[in-house]
Amino acid sequence: MTLVVGPPSHAGAQGGAGEGSGTLASGHLPGHAHGHVGLGAPEEGLLVIRDTVVHRLPAQVKLVAVVAFVLVVVATPTGRWGAFAVYALLLAGVVAVAHVPARLVLRRMLIEVPFVVFAAVLPFVASGPRVEVLGVSVSATGLVAGATMLLKATLGVVAAIVLAATTAPREMLAGLERLRLPALLVAMLSFMIRYLAVVTGDLHRMRVARESRGDTGGRVGQAAAVAGTAGSLFVRSYERGERVHQAMLARGYAGHLPALVSGRAARAREWALAASLPVATLVTLVLFVSVVPR
Amino acid sequence: MSGAPAGGASPSGASASSPALAVDGLAFAYPDGRQVLYGVDLEVAQGERVALLGPNGAGKTTLLLHLNGILGAVSGGTGAGSIQVSGLPLRKDTVGEIRRRVGIVFQDPDDQLFMPTVADDVAFGPANLGLRGSELADRVHHALSQVGMADQADRPPHHLSFGQRRRVAVATVLAMEPEILVLDEPSSNLDPASRRELADILQSLDVAVLMVTHDLPYALQLCSRSLLLDGGRIVASGATRDLLADDALMRAHRLELPYGFDPLSVPAAPAVER
Repeated sequence: MTLVVGPPSHAGAQGGAGEGSGTLASGHLPGHAHGHVGLGAPEEGLLVIRDTVVHRLPAQVKLVAVVAFVLVVVATPTGRWGAFAVYALLLAGVVAVAHVPARLVLRRMLIEVPFVVFAAVLPFVASGPRVEVLGVSVSATGLVAGATMLLKATLGVVAAIVLAATTAPREMLAGLERLRLPALLVAMLSFMIRYLAVVTGDLHRMRVARESRGDTGGRVGQAAAVAGTAGSLFVRSYERGERVHQAMLARGYAGHLPALVSGRAARAREWALAASLPVATLVTLVLFVSVVPR
Repeated sequence: MSGAPAGGASPSGASASSPALAVDGLAFAYPDGRQVLYGVDLEVAQGERVALLGPNGAGKTTLLLHLNGILGAVSGGTGAGSIQVSGLPLRKDTVGEIRRRVGIVFQDPDDQLFMPTVADDVAFGPANLGLRGSELADRVHHALSQVGMADQADRPPHHLSFGQRRRVAVATVLAMEPEILVLDEPSSNLDPASRRELADILQSLDVAVLMVTHDLPYALQLCSRSLLLDGGRIVASGATRDLLADDALMRAHRLELPYGFDPLSVPAAPAVER
């Protein structure tokens, strides 16, 4: 994590070192930084603030495009390496148009690591003809299946990274609402985004208070204190939920949340623009399956 | 809850003669049997600003939650007494309209601001009243302008300073065009500049105010009259300056002025003709 000397700037808030009041400091506590990488300012989420054509697209359009892209990628038969290469190029084009820094994309791809481990196991456990790779005997089908899975997962993860880097959470909510996601789910997501920062702030203050009284944390002997923190955090959050509900009732809440004001309808041109990625991907798939021999 | 008239039309039931708020013989016990209110009587005239003082545990917050039927007999609890807002009695079938007329600003703005953006949050109340489209947008803009936050409409609440959040919380209830604004500890956790800015805003509003506070100079500055709640009863009512200057009364109810503050040495809030 890099430290900036000088006046804070909004542009510097991207990535892990966010500018959220409560959560920023938590990342700088010695010995705890690992737990907060990327948490930054939760209410802006993973947004990289730029003004590009991708950023300006309404969220519902981008959501549909990403899901369609992932569906085509998943539907691609095993071992069609050429098709995957074209997909990757298309996606790289979107990353470039959206001005999302490549380094940032690479760093956020770390979230995929557990999948990589799983894919790497496949060649060793799958059955079938064996091949020698670097002097180790592995299953040929397992090798191909593992590599394909890794490629599909990577493409999906990068597409999601681009979506998150170009869409603020509140726009995402408005987009989901316009896609007719049940209002209850939109409300739950909305509260989660709104109160993540508040609960993280609570947790941070409780930990500082604990450590100020001599608890250094990290050792097994301190597990009881950590469990106590978790318990009281739950009680605090539960009580806050009750107060929020009272505040909602006080303003006439009668069982359903009003529509968000931040969303807007998408124009046909925007749908067409966003569709260009999944359509190009689908055309690539059809070409490779029907024309290019294996 | 369908009894609330749709739209925010100006209240027909309000008349200059009936007080903005009238509470009569209000008693309440929590489900665990702990009784908090023992017969509260109070009145707030139209356009009047009244401070509600009292030590911790006196029942102030419990009383506030009764004023719009969140607690009490209306919501199925145990209680006695009656509440009228601009002549409209609080009953099960009027609770919707009562909640429009009584705007409660809670102590922690994080409890009150639960929507993704400031504009969404201010729109929550009027949208529940049935407002849509440009009418809703106008209402939101007007309420935010009243507290000087119109330029922050699209920001997430968490990006605002505490003072800004408190002001947005005031706007969320102003957007419902209430008859009476009820504030729970409005000056708590504010720095002196934010505290003064909020006072300026409250003074600029043409609405009755009932304000729970421990900040006695704030009560003196803003409210011509004060009520003292202790042990679940109103034990004193009168001009704020007289109450604060009554040493024996103050001591008897665990109220203390800040060091060096003399209520007789500063101008009091102008009284409202009642």
